Amino acid sequence: MSNKPSTLFDKVWDAHVVRKIEDGPDVFFIDRHFIHEVTSPVAFLGLESRGIDVMFPECTFATADHNTPTINQHLPVADPLSANQLQALERNSAKYGISHWGLGDPKNGIVHVVGPENGITLPGMTIVCGDSHTSTHGAFGAIAFGIGTSEVEMVLSSQCIMQPKPKKMRINVNGNLGKAVTPKDVTLYIISQLTTAGATGYFVEYAGDVFENMSMEGRMTVCNMSIEMGARGGMIAPDETTFNYINGREKAPKGEAWDKALAYWKTLKTDAGADFDKEYHFDAADIEPMITYGTNPGMGMGISKHIPKATDLEGGVATYAKSLKYMGFEEDQLMIGKKVDYVFIGSCTNGRIEDFRAFASIVKGRKKADHITAWIVPGSHIVEAQIKEEGILDILTEAGFQLRQPGCSACLAMNDDKIPAGKYAVSTSNRNFEGRQGPGSRTLLASPYVAAAAAVTGMVTDPRELL
Amino acid sequence: MAYDKFTLLTSTAVPLPIENVDTDQIIPARFLKATERKGFGDNLFRDWRYNNDDTPKKDFVLNNPIYSGKILVGGKNFGSGSSREHAAWAIYDYGFRCVVSSFFADIFKGNAINIGILPVQVSEAFLDQIFKAIEVDPATSITIDLNAQTIKLEATGATESFAINGYKKHNLINGFDDIDYLQAMKSDIKAFASLHSI
Repeated sequence: MSNKPSTLFDKVWDAHVVRKIEDGPDVFFIDRHFIHEVTSPVAFLGLESRGIDVMFPECTFATADHNTPTINQHLPVADPLSANQLQALERNSAKYGISHWGLGDPKNGIVHVVGPENGITLPGMTIVCGDSHTSTHGAFGAIAFGIGTSEVEMVLSSQCIMQPKPKKMRINVNGNLGKAVTPKDVTLYIISQLTTAGATGYFVEYAGDVFENMSMEGRMTVCNMSIEMGARGGMIAPDETTFNYINGREKAPKGEAWDKALAYWKTLKTDAGADFDKEYHFDAADIEPMITYGTNPGMGMGISKHIPKATDLEGGVATYAKSLKYMGFEEDQLMIGKKVDYVFIGSCTNGRIEDFRAFASIVKGRKKADHITAWIVPGSHIVEAQIKEEGILDILTEAGFQLRQPGCSACLAMNDDKIPAGKYAVSTSNRNFEGRQGPGSRTLLASPYVAAAAAVTGMVTDPRELL
Repeated sequence: MAYDKFTLLTSTAVPLPIENVDTDQIIPARFLKATERKGFGDNLFRDWRYNNDDTPKKDFVLNNPIYSGKILVGGKNFGSGSSREHAAWAIYDYGFRCVVSSFFADIFKGNAINIGILPVQVSEAFLDQIFKAIEVDPATSITIDLNAQTIKLEATGATESFAINGYKKHNLINGFDDIDYLQAMKSDIKAFASLHSI
């Protein structure tokens, strides 16, 4: 062992390398594997065609989320293709002895919400799922990232994937966040500075007092969006906030196992003087509530600002013009006051209890704007129960909103929750790609505060005026 | 899943000079509902390719009969977004065997190689040369030699080399995949797992 200062990322990565292939990837051991109905069926078909078994079924956890309805979940799923995928997940899980939280199960919900809230996600782990927002779990000091279906088959059959080690980037944000500036705004700000491909090839560590002072829910929001600047994942060193969150959760270690785990987790931080391939520093005071105006998450700005001119940006003018045309926006346009048609709060980015508390804090004592259609979708049944217990549902109901049932919903619009063509949606989700929320839909990514402000005023509104 | 071996490819190419082509454009989420890897090519670039009434959009390159071939040439940051391997499946199923761009998103690049599509990353300048050559003559050919790790514009003879790690190159040339490799080292993995405490 050398005494060279090491990063959090190196410590976790190096502990999981089964074999280094010369001029090739590392054979990389996976501690926890989440699967859902959309990216797993072909992997199970692959196992069958090769006649191989699942190596460690106790390390894989299945939940149905991408393709599930968010109303009337007690009824049979109407879309036969969706129903078929859900049945395949249930059948495959049963066949190989994999834990399955299907539709209607009290533990069911979005994969990146239920993993942490049930204590499956722990510091120092390697975690993968056939979903790019697996980066969420990095909030716990885990190396977590999305994989393709071929890799899902690799993990099922060998508990390993073949992965070249990414380069290392550290993003530091220090200072005090302003009024109504949330973790979502911090991440949208970072992505707007780095661009949608600015961290491709890197694994990110987030550091600085802004993240140290953030709740686990907030850290999950930040790590979740790491992929939107191209990073495979992002992580935050575990601390007392992390340990307090985990302690007592169903699948978290208990008793002596807890003490042993805690001692290990406390070693998981970047040593002073450790090297990064790239490092950025941002000042929290420069961040205001954010909103996106274009068709990738890097096209974001402070809500009070004007849409940038193509000449002020790097990148192709033609691609920029195409993007603004799709959105129905013009250069130099002000976003404040822009009429909104839909509001979506939910997703693996902002579908946790704090997000609904934030939404309710603006909605309380106000009414939903008449022309707004609002979809309020908890990330899991556990979040749904918290919303009810804390009286948030009463606030929502009083203001004219309805609560839907958990799932990915309008974030990717695989189910019926689709924004119609040409309509504008303020969405707390993670992607504003063309057609992401339904063919022709126009997405404005923002925080739960900005979503709530739009929901009650019917237009893009600075939430600082309502708090 | 087994795929065709990749050694040498000479083909015309389809140009898509748009940056940040994300996986939701390559295949929208509503077409991810299959439980088998079949027919994804029909929905490749669905919303750029077809109107809402399913009639083809005449101005989209895949609907223009002068462009065809096994090589897709995309703008910078091709394949950003979701980890859906369906995006690579759709490109393969449509008939492409190679995607050329000046920059690829990580997960897409890995998925493509894993199913036998060769992602070739070239310089911005070379990418411009390719787009210009196709603009001048849509029937112009491009040759990709995986052994030599070169891409050549037949029209001008301009050649550039590209990077790929030796392990993946060997796999593509021989039609091997990672699962074969991992199955062969299962005893090592078991030994690792027994010592690994988490």
